[in-house]
Amino acid sequence: MIKVQTRDLLEQFHLELIGGKDGLHREIVTSDISRPGMEMAGYFKYYPKERLQLMGRTELSFLIDLPNNEMRQLMDNLCTDVTPGIVITRGQDVPQGLIDVADEAGVPLMRSLHKTTRVISRLTNYLETRFAPTTAVHGVLVDVYGVGVLITGKSGIGKSETALELVKRGHRLVADDNVEIRQEDYDTLIGNPPNLIEYLLEIRGLGIINVMTLFGAGAVRNYKRISLVVHLETWEENKQYDRLGLDEDRMKIMDVDLPKAIIPVRPGRNLSVIIEVAAMNFRLKRMGVNTAEEFSERLNSVFDDVDSTEIE
Amino acid sequence: MKVVERELTVKIDPGLQARPAAKFVQEANRFSAEIFLEKGGKQVNAKSIMGVMSLAIGMNEVVGIQADGPDEDEAIEKLSQFITAES
Repeated sequence: MIKVQTRDLLEQFHLELIGGKDGLHREIVTSDISRPGMEMAGYFKYYPKERLQLMGRTELSFLIDLPNNEMRQLMDNLCTDVTPGIVITRGQDVPQGLIDVADEAGVPLMRSLHKTTRVISRLTNYLETRFAPTTAVHGVLVDVYGVGVLITGKSGIGKSETALELVKRGHRLVADDNVEIRQEDYDTLIGNPPNLIEYLLEIRGLGIINVMTLFGAGAVRNYKRISLVVHLETWEENKQYDRLGLDEDRMKIMDVDLPKAIIPVRPGRNLSVIIEVAAMNFRLKRMGVNTAEEFSERLNSVFDDVDSTEIE
Repeated sequence: MKVVERELTVKIDPGLQARPAAKFVQEANRFSAEIFLEKGGKQVNAKSIMGVMSLAIGMNEVVGIQADGPDEDEAIEKLSQFITAES
């Protein structure tokens, strides 16, 4: 399971640690961030103590204006034994009294030079990414004309070979054979290779090759949003394949529904060109041009014309 | 749908390095069943060399192996033998 510690934030955001360093190992369990506003006024009934706390100018100045003992008391209430840390924004000065309380409680007190809203959005982004649900699929991920295409299919159907040809045609390899996928938001899937096999491609008969050293840095990517699934399968005589492109097949990975094209494989079919065209067609559809639908409408209008002439 | 599953401790010394991994994958490819290998919550296709190598399976680690297909029992039997064979 993914574990995020307060320590990670320090490194990631170059925060300055000003107190409570005993608590750096504390675990952050949620991507939600709290700005203790009501708590400053003494209302702790719904205090989200397990969240990272962020103190902007308003909160801190309010706290500092309080009499010393009240300030320490409030700070003590904020520093529970599960609070992963408190971040002060705008590089504000923190009274020694507060630092002492944080030290005693072992809650890391950190300072950032940036504005509160900026810090919130960056922290949220980072935490959301770290807590994103992940899975792994067997397939090859390639960036074709900027569209992340996940090629799936049985072992030995020619996924890696197709990827190699796509790379040769100027596209980019993201991951071969095993793609780690994380879900961001509710509608975005990001795929990346497992560290060990980054840039590598396995071609039967050749073995493992390094696409980056062979084809250059422009031939690889470290991660890519997945937009389209192309499923390769051996051509079955009796199976009906999509001839129009009116109905889209879908494939669900975690909560995200992706369009999926099933491409039958047969000698003489140039898969990389078909995948290139699939990617371009996908972009075209996103720009509002749907050839299959337009054609169908054109056909329908011919029928309508025939109908109207009959009435006349 | 019936799926055969087994959990075992790797005994190959020092683990599934490149050569043993390739051998393992070759072995797996002889069966028509879908075979998966799992370690630490990550599951990969046992017929893919890159997948198996990306798990970096070391000696004495616990892995799960799963097969689904006409020759699933035989597949699990053979592959289990392979990774639990003390060398």
